[in-house]
Amino acid sequence: MQMDCKRKGDILIVSMNGELDHHHAEKIRDSLDKQLEDNSIRYLILDLKNLHFMDSSGIGVFIGRYKTITKRGGRVCITNINPQLDRILEVSGLRRILKEYDTVKHAVDSIRGVSK
Amino acid sequence: MNVKNEMKLEFLSRSQNEAFARVAVAAFAAQLDPTLEEIADIKTAVSEAVTNAIIHGYDNPNETVQIITRIYDNYVEIEVIDQGRGIEDIDLARQPLYTSKPELERSGMGFTVMETFMDELEVSSAPGQGTKVRMVKNISNDTQETERD
Repeated sequence: MQMDCKRKGDILIVSMNGELDHHHAEKIRDSLDKQLEDNSIRYLILDLKNLHFMDSSGIGVFIGRYKTITKRGGRVCITNINPQLDRILEVSGLRRILKEYDTVKHAVDSIRGVSK
Repeated sequence: MNVKNEMKLEFLSRSQNEAFARVAVAAFAAQLDPTLEEIADIKTAVSEAVTNAIIHGYDNPNETVQIITRIYDNYVEIEVIDQGRGIEDIDLARQPLYTSKPELERSGMGFTVMETFMDELEVSSAPGQGTKVRMVKNISNDTQETERD
């Protein structure tokens, strides 16, 4: 499980690669929290294009970061959802609280549209 | 219905074995020619049950988690067994969003995921006597479909 982070102003774009289960959840959570220590980050885009598996451990990671970002008045977006993740996102209710976009570019454009 | 095939798997209660367990069970179940979606459902449910055994069943990484998988004509039966501390109130544990370990940022969705992704879920447990999770997934096995693994 790997994670690549990229900053665009107040947006943090995180590409997740691999499988997010309990074994990897703690490491991913800690890395994300380290990035989010920077209070100027208001928007988090989680790009799931290369996330090939996620169970409820991943749901916990997403919800925790969602709480951090919404406390700042920001927003968490998910992009490039592949069929493997469809059902877990649906069952967990994450689709109701996270904004979903086809691509990272669409998410960035939407954030820029509302933040200006 | 007769068992067509069976496998037993034992591994230490270490989190790095979660991926091994779900892939091994999915590979075994592939004999029934499931769809990609059915395989994904099985992998997720097994991952949840094994994670529960490791996090909630045991305190240390040197205990044993056992999985028994049986293949029948059109369904697969999976049992995930630990000899750990057991569950005091099974109904409470199965409630969506309930977790006994909120400090670990668990979502409390494990049993809900197993229930949703599989066709049957039975949990047998008693304090101090371990836990057995039995799950059944029906495999449509319709050869007309084209989306096959």
